[in-house]
Amino acid sequence: MLEVKGLRKVYRSGSREVEALRDLTFTVDNGELVCLVGPSGCGKTTLLRCISGLLDPTAGDVRVNGQKVDGPPKGMAVVFQEYGRSLFPWMSVRDNVELPLKQKGVGRARRKQLVEQSLDAVGLTGTASAYPWQLSGGMQQRVAIARAVAYEPQTLLMDEPFAAVDAQTRADLEDLVRQLWKRLGVTILFVTHDIDESVYLGQRVVMLSTSPTVVQEELAIDLPEHRDQLTTRADPRFIQLRTRVYEQIQAAKRNAMQ
Amino acid sequence: MMNVVKKILLAIALPLTLFAGWYFLSADSESFYSPPLEKILVAFGDTWGLDRLRADVAPSVLRLLAGFLLAALIGVGAGVAIGMNLRLRAVTEPVLEFFRAIPPPVLVPVIMLFAGIGDAMKVIVIVFGCIWPILLNTVEGVRAVDSVVLETARSYGVNGVARITKVILPSAGPQIAAGLRQALSIAIILMVISELFAASNGLGFTIVQFQRSFAIPEMWSGIILLGLLGFVLSLLFRLAERRALRWYEGLRAAQRQS
Amino acid sequence: MTSPRRGNPARSGGTALLGAVGLAGLLLVIELAPRLGLVDERYLPPASRIAAALAEEAGTPAFWTALTDTLIAWSVGLAIAVGAAVLAGIVIGSIPVLRSLTASTIEFLRPIPSVALIPLAVLMYGTELGSTLLLVCYAAFWQVLVQVLYGVADVDPVAFETARSFRFSAWGRIRHVLWPTALPYVFTGVRLAASVALVLAITAELVIGSPGLGKEIAVAQASEAVPTMYALIVVTGVLGVIINLLARTGERRLLAWHQSVRGEVTV
Repeated sequence: MLEVKGLRKVYRSGSREVEALRDLTFTVDNGELVCLVGPSGCGKTTLLRCISGLLDPTAGDVRVNGQKVDGPPKGMAVVFQEYGRSLFPWMSVRDNVELPLKQKGVGRARRKQLVEQSLDAVGLTGTASAYPWQLSGGMQQRVAIARAVAYEPQTLLMDEPFAAVDAQTRADLEDLVRQLWKRLGVTILFVTHDIDESVYLGQRVVMLSTSPTVVQEELAIDLPEHRDQLTTRADPRFIQLRTRVYEQIQAAKRNAMQ
Repeated sequence: MMNVVKKILLAIALPLTLFAGWYFLSADSESFYSPPLEKILVAFGDTWGLDRLRADVAPSVLRLLAGFLLAALIGVGAGVAIGMNLRLRAVTEPVLEFFRAIPPPVLVPVIMLFAGIGDAMKVIVIVFGCIWPILLNTVEGVRAVDSVVLETARSYGVNGVARITKVILPSAGPQIAAGLRQALSIAIILMVISELFAASNGLGFTIVQFQRSFAIPEMWSGIILLGLLGFVLSLLFRLAERRALRWYEGLRAAQRQS
Repeated sequence: MTSPRRGNPARSGGTALLGAVGLAGLLLVIELAPRLGLVDERYLPPASRIAAALAEEAGTPAFWTALTDTLIAWSVGLAIAVGAAVLAGIVIGSIPVLRSLTASTIEFLRPIPSVALIPLAVLMYGTELGSTLLLVCYAAFWQVLVQVLYGVADVDPVAFETARSFRFSAWGRIRHVLWPTALPYVFTGVRLAASVALVLAITAELVIGSPGLGKEIAVAQASEAVPTMYALIVVTGVLGVIINLLARTGERRLLAWHQSVRGEVTV
């Protein structure tokens, strides 16, 4: 279980203070897929970095299975938005996926197996010896996902992972995330600024206000378990839900203007 | 196939022309200082036999390599340490910039005070002269490692030694290579200079002996040999660099296309 | 280890302060090490003695003559090298046949260490300024030439085609397309060449004995005036730092100007 309680983050630069996160509280149950959505510049990335232990919060805390986060927690993998910078260009796809496993102390045979399985799972069979920059953007993000999957995390954080890929690739990758989630039973926290994406992917959507950020509303997505780019997106319930999220985001922006 | 032939022809055409021009134009030269190339070539064959190579060229080259490798080791090591520490970098940078700005040959008299005139002095001169570009380039390269790369490494538990060898050093590699390349040409200069002051053997020493005894064709042949040495060393370095930084070339080519 | 976080406490003011602390620390070490007997005073005199020697030097006209000689050799050699390299670079770079014809020769001549020419310079010019100039020019020339060639190769083919389609003359193409693109590279080349030229000027003076700071260092060494020798070395270092700073700020200024102008031309 992932618990975020009273999280606050203030950036100080000289005498200036910027309050990025004001007061955030929400939980993600084990095995749940929750989407975080908010207007651009709402501190989503700050929040994710606090959760992944890359950034110390000013107040409040983050707990993973009851353990307070103070540094990157075990059993958590992150997929960054900037796949081009997050994959190491000096390593082949295989080495990129394998390095974290080596660091974890996984044995050679098991590593080989995990690398192969995860590359297969994201549809990249046979690209192991290529360099990341030899692949298209969508394929690079698949490598990043494979790296996260091979790490065998209990919790997977995804920071706007598809913001930089084209629309068709994006739809494929969304389905890939759903499929991996169901198969592996991991807990996924998926951050996005795309309202449709959040409704399509999530079991629950947590909407954030503009900065300084609070939780605007939480919404359970009661769409059928099986989702499909064509039918789900045409489902009247889908449209109701996305309208609801859209209104909340707009309201959040209006509040910020006043 | 035609292309390759054409390339080779283009590559050797001018050197051959220049060489032939020099050969024929100097053929009847009466000038004491620029004797016919034929004479120089004969002198080259006579002068640089196996004995001379062993007695004079080998010590020079060994001192050069020892100094260069030591400087690379110390420079990269210290550069990584300084580059990873913000405060240390701020404290040391002006001092390092000052040392780099000192024309390396003026260190010869100083180092002679401490280390006498033996091999040790010459190696120390080379180390002292060519360490600065390596050190400063490493610092700069380490400092410029992409923040997303560092965060990825941290969140996947790539710490300690692996963080340096698998992430920071490769990422700073292109910059470090640039420093090494500069250092190599300084090292050759210092190899010669250190032998001009006080030596009993060495390439630089021998050439100056020829000049002082007005053995002009032999002097010319020494200059040619020194030129060849510089050329071969830089060629070897480029080959090694291309091998080690193949990923970087590819990455840049990929970025240019997009 | 630095954390990847931004907004760490060290800020530019603090950085300058820390840098000053570093320099002060260096001076302190040089002052104390000989006084405490960690190194022989005859080899490394305390910083204060070096400073005194420097002050004394600064009072002699010979020092200023030597400094002027070095600067003249540096600036004249640099100017000749830059002029020749820019001209050669543009001619070679803009004619494809010439470029592929000369590539191998340039690759061969460039790594030849300039000090290889020392004996030749001595024979041709003795201990005159000419010796220094030969070495300075040779070393600085390649730095600039290679950069100019990069610059010319970087010209956007579309821009060039555009100029052609508007029937620009060859001169117009060079003046309005090639030169603006190559200019930043020229600056980089000049900046690199400026440092190299100083190194070679002082090296030539030191080794050959042509007039300048390098010769003074050799004289101080020969007469075992160790503090004076250190003082002069410090002067060469400071000179190097100043030339570096000037070249870097100059490059930045001119490039800022250049980009704004270029923005107008290409839009």
